[in-house]
Amino acid sequence: MAEKFDLNDREVWDGNYAASQALRQAQIDVVAAYPITPSTPIVENYGAYVANGYVDGEYVMVESEHAAMSGCVGASAAGGRVATATSSQGFALMVEVLYQASGMRLPIVLNVVNRALASPLNVRGDHGDMYLGRDSGWIQIDAFNAQEAYDLVLCAFKIGEDHSVRLPVMVHQDGFITSHTAQNIYPLTDEAAYNFIGDFQPVDDLLDFSRPVTYGAQTEEDWHFEHKAKQHKALMDSRPVIDEVFAEFEKLSGRKYNRVETYMMEDADVVIVGLGSTVETAIVAAEELREEGVKAGVVGIRVFRPFPFDQVREALKGAKAIAVLDRSSPGGAMGAFFNEVSAALYSTDTRPLVTNYIYGLGGRDFSIDEAKRIFKEQQANADAGHITTDIQQFSGLRGPHLGYFQTQRG
Amino acid sequence: MAITSIKNLKEFSTNNDRFEGAHTLCPGCAHSMIVRELMNCTDDNLVISSNTGCLEVSTAVYPFTSWDTSWIHIGFENAATAVTGAEAMYKARKKKGTLKDNDAPVKFVAFGGDGSTYDIGFQWLSGAVERGHDFTYICLDNENYANTGGQRSSATPIGATTSTAQAGTHSYGKKEKKKDLVAIMAAHGAPYVAQLAPNKWKSMAKGFQKALETEGPCFINTVSPCTTEWKFDPKDTILLTDLATDTLMFPLYEIIDGHELNILYRPKNVLKVEDYLGAQGRYKHLFKPENKHVIEKIQKDIDEYWTMLQRREEARI
Ligand SMILES: Cc1ncc(C[n+]2csc(CCOP(=O)(O)OP(=O)(O)O)c2C)c(N)n1
Ligand code: SF4
Repeated sequence: MAEKFDLNDREVWDGNYAASQALRQAQIDVVAAYPITPSTPIVENYGAYVANGYVDGEYVMVESEHAAMSGCVGASAAGGRVATATSSQGFALMVEVLYQASGMRLPIVLNVVNRALASPLNVRGDHGDMYLGRDSGWIQIDAFNAQEAYDLVLCAFKIGEDHSVRLPVMVHQDGFITSHTAQNIYPLTDEAAYNFIGDFQPVDDLLDFSRPVTYGAQTEEDWHFEHKAKQHKALMDSRPVIDEVFAEFEKLSGRKYNRVETYMMEDADVVIVGLGSTVETAIVAAEELREEGVKAGVVGIRVFRPFPFDQVREALKGAKAIAVLDRSSPGGAMGAFFNEVSAALYSTDTRPLVTNYIYGLGGRDFSIDEAKRIFKEQQANADAGHITTDIQQFSGLRGPHLGYFQTQRG
Repeated sequence: MAITSIKNLKEFSTNNDRFEGAHTLCPGCAHSMIVRELMNCTDDNLVISSNTGCLEVSTAVYPFTSWDTSWIHIGFENAATAVTGAEAMYKARKKKGTLKDNDAPVKFVAFGGDGSTYDIGFQWLSGAVERGHDFTYICLDNENYANTGGQRSSATPIGATTSTAQAGTHSYGKKEKKKDLVAIMAAHGAPYVAQLAPNKWKSMAKGFQKALETEGPCFINTVSPCTTEWKFDPKDTILLTDLATDTLMFPLYEIIDGHELNILYRPKNVLKVEDYLGAQGRYKHLFKPENKHVIEKIQKDIDEYWTMLQRREEARI
């Protein structure tokens, strides 16, 4: 049995340490990992738990991220709890295997500390890597701060390993902003955390020789389509399970999670829709603007995959003008997140005005003032009844204003 | 447990068969013979992984499978890592007591073609061996990317024509020497490394048994004649393998702990390499007068390598 780790009711942890403590409490069977900034400390902290007997599973330091995920796939198929962590280029190197993991329905947990993708090389945070994974068939959950990184990693095991789900799960947090900033964290006891997740229950286990299994078979046009349809269904069907796990976690911890988080949305006219730590910045800006009489509200997407289509529509039904914030380079289109939110709103009766802000690339700071400016632009749109600026703009960029997708000005 | 009845071929061939004949490998493909020789030399539970390639696409086409044991395929390069992930899980679950049968012996084996082993999967193989996992990697060396139509790999010998290293008016085919992967794997310090051939089935079975019984990472390179890309009659697979081993184009030997070398087969009559080259289509162009020097070069390389192997065996270093 693993050594007991002493925890206080309140700890001061950064987001990486918080995530690594959740991994320790899950008592994982196999972690196969490779370091990359800014997620490296997750792997290092876990290494320290291994070295000091706080975990009794296997810890395999492989030669690349592609191998890390490959090892995780083999280990998961062999019927036990598996996790790893990565960022950016490491995530990119894993992409091939991410699809293979989800296609084989293996409940691996991946901590993704989001970081920009090169080139140019950049170690700071944006969501380029998150979008690279968005069609890979994984459940994607987003933590806005370090406490949430801890809580949601625990939830991720319980969601992914649920027998009606059996899908891999990523938990995102913002590189440096969340991963390296310390805050008060309220951990569960080891016992409570482990009981919440429960023992791993293998299904179709490579090590059960009474019933040999074949993983990763080939399917051409005769079956591939059906497999992919079923995989999509499994993702969509994970929604109630995610809700149940969040509800159970609330009972245990008092901390409530929703697939879509809403702040001051009861009467909001102007709204920022965002991901990650930006949501908290936008909340502060909205609170300050409320004092000036602006009816500002914030929507944060907690579960990015399966995309909470209905809940996004519901949350935004009363809004007049909204800004969807994409922290990744749009690459010749509207922002990917903008497209998804807009798609959810298009067929609603009360379709609000929607604009797209590209911000914070490569770790560029996103300030409260910037969030306020965005709210104010939305107020101008709401007052005019049409979009008064370009539909897409780069916010916080040095140099000339960039906007390629224009609307007719009134 | 190793199976002891490897004296009688008929008996050996019916041992504990866990590989179904209903696969879609070409008639005469040596891949299936090698897989059978592995499956039939042990009673232990097997977890097998395969890289993408002929073996994989021909033996697990949903909803069918040829594998009566645990089997996994992920990608073209990572079978070594997949099976070592499973091996790590085995260790963890054994420690925690969560296996169905905690005492049954389990062996971990990865199969790759030469393309997936010598080229794209080289890093994954090297990493898995460096980490010292307890597994055996078997390379089915048909000296080309057969599954994608016969492109060159770094295992393709000088002078062979392939779809990406073609013989033509300005070329005699592949120009570069075959990578000496066996030596590279021995240099990793793997406790057991061998080069084997399916025609010498007894020494093949013994080699497999040694690899399975040796704790730690073992590597085996097996020649696997490919009727389609080497261009010979499917009934002649074993004949081609005989020619490969009797010309010493494919010498059989083992290296223990990275240094102790033993030759496993010493042909009574060493044949000239022309006999081997002439028996297959991929070397046909070498028999034109302007390409005579290539055959001479191949023969010279063979002779030098054989001398080196013998000296290393004698030196016992
Ligand atoms: C990353 C990646 N690159 C390329 C391929 C295409 N591909 C599949 S099998 C194969 C060649 C297999 O050759 P080898 O490993 O020698 O095995 P063989 O088919 O000859 O037995 C290639 C190039 C792939 N599946 N994945
Ligand atoms: S192409 Fe070659 S290696 Fe592939 S199945 Fe046919 S004979 Fe075997």
